[in-house]
Amino acid sequence: MSERLDVRKTYKLVIGGAFVRSESGRAYAVAGADGTFLANAARASRKDVRDAVRAAQGAQPAWVAHSALLRGQVLYRLAEMAEARAAELGDHVAQAEGLDEAAARASVARGVDRLVWYAGWADKVGQVLGGANDVAGPYFNFSVPVPVGVVGVIAPADSSFEGLIDALVAPLVTGNAVVVLASQRRPVPAVLLGEMSATADLPAGLVNVLTGHLDELGPVLAAHEAVDGLDLTGASDPAALAALAADSLTRVLHAGPPATPEGGLRRLRAFVDTTTVWHTVGA
Amino acid sequence: MIAASGPGTAVVEIPSGSRVPQVASEAQLRTVLAGLSGVDAVGVAARAAKLATRSLKRETKRRALDLAIAMVDLTTLEGADTPGHVAALCAKARRPDAEDPTCPPVAALCVYPDLVATARAHLAGSAVRVASVATAFPAGRASLPVKLADVAEARAAGADEIDMVIDRGAFLSGRLGQVFEEIVAVKEACGPAALKVILETGELGTYDNVRRASWLAMLAGADFIKTSTGKVAVSATPPVALVMLEAVRDFAESTGQVVGVKLAGGIRSAKEALRYLVLASETAGSTWLEPGTLRFGASSLLTDLLLQRRSQRTGAYARREHVSVE
Repeated sequence: MSERLDVRKTYKLVIGGAFVRSESGRAYAVAGADGTFLANAARASRKDVRDAVRAAQGAQPAWVAHSALLRGQVLYRLAEMAEARAAELGDHVAQAEGLDEAAARASVARGVDRLVWYAGWADKVGQVLGGANDVAGPYFNFSVPVPVGVVGVIAPADSSFEGLIDALVAPLVTGNAVVVLASQRRPVPAVLLGEMSATADLPAGLVNVLTGHLDELGPVLAAHEAVDGLDLTGASDPAALAALAADSLTRVLHAGPPATPEGGLRRLRAFVDTTTVWHTVGA
Repeated sequence: MIAASGPGTAVVEIPSGSRVPQVASEAQLRTVLAGLSGVDAVGVAARAAKLATRSLKRETKRRALDLAIAMVDLTTLEGADTPGHVAALCAKARRPDAEDPTCPPVAALCVYPDLVATARAHLAGSAVRVASVATAFPAGRASLPVKLADVAEARAAGADEIDMVIDRGAFLSGRLGQVFEEIVAVKEACGPAALKVILETGELGTYDNVRRASWLAMLAGADFIKTSTGKVAVSATPPVALVMLEAVRDFAESTGQVVGVKLAGGIRSAKEALRYLVLASETAGSTWLEPGTLRFGASSLLTDLLLQRRSQRTGAYARREHVSVE
């Protein structure tokens, strides 16, 4: 019996539901917390950002056309996928963040729980952020939260899975599509989550995960006119990116709110517009 | 007069005087077309694929985008076309990017004959030409008098260019003389208007047929040979464009007559358009790179060209909704 060869995994980008190498053909080495080589990850280029945004634009209308209940169920399915691969996620979080096994497992479990918590919000967020307004006249008047469209997320630099869940899932709950720039140093859990999203009934292109150098990709994503919201949680220079985003009236979430119920609601509120509807009172 | 040559680039040799040979009979036409060398399908595909990898650097790309915009025949050929829709397209044809006056106008607007007058009125005073499809577009299955009446109507309404379809049924069943005579008759009916002959390459089956149909159309007096109607599943492809560009190059070498190429159908992205420009430049030569000899028939292509043009200017990827849809 000969010794088995290593089956090494190539971590690819997730664009439009497909797992692709960077258009540029580049890759970069990812090291663990202790400095040892972990894996090669694709190093995305500006064209990959463009492709990812186009995929997100294409997927978002189908996502928002789902009922809120169904969106919640699909996100719950994403939690099921993550739970099933919790051990694998735990290993990667441990290597990337330098945690011991138990701490990494606990971090993944908190992330999955957080995902379930967000999934539950899908059919409730409208009641909390919207409502019926009292008006002078024979009309009903409703305020309804609607998604902004495509949200660019610069994932937290340190918390590779648990922190990513908040930044990634909150825009999805309210009906947005997402382009994530994974943590540059710790990209693997984000790529795994992108893989899970492909089997969780999310429309292809709703979640796009890019890995690479943030100083190269961040400005392209922020300046892209078709990006409607920008989460700068993991940005090293948020002010510069916010200035680029301002040129195309992009909504910006600056510092990452804490992973509390209040913080989560702030995230849910960050990427919705409010539309107001008038309706005559029936006879 | 016409001698068939062996395989090579110049397929037909005209001894002296360099002019388009007069084709007197169907037998003579058959002799000419039979003398064309066969197309190496694998070689053509490989050559087209190789040229598609050519990278255009910044300043070249900017100029190529402007050139491509100036080559567009902005087209609407839908059953649901209305005068209002054509008027909107005319405004877009004159000034494709409403926010940028440096953006060149398109070459022409292409409509059905009944909307030529509307287009003419809305394009008055501009350099944008009015093109019209005619001759029982898109199938080309009508008798010659009906086709000629179609052309006459478009001409009377003020069309500068006529896009005719060949009768593919006749071509494929070997009635080459009929196809030839129809083109000659339509050319005569066109008068001073430029004639673009649509080969509908997706229905011709082989590259050999594309080459023969190209020569047939050029010998009959076409000013442009055009790939497709855009109404069938397979339209313009790089290998087909390569074969047609070789045909116009060889025709010009042997007769001195320059015939244009219009690439139409299925070209939607700026990237594809730029690849076709490379193909034309490398095959026919850079003299073909102007709207008088190279056109893109398209509707959604223009939007992508404008988006890329804006991205080149601002450095940020542009939003589709910021360019007028049509």
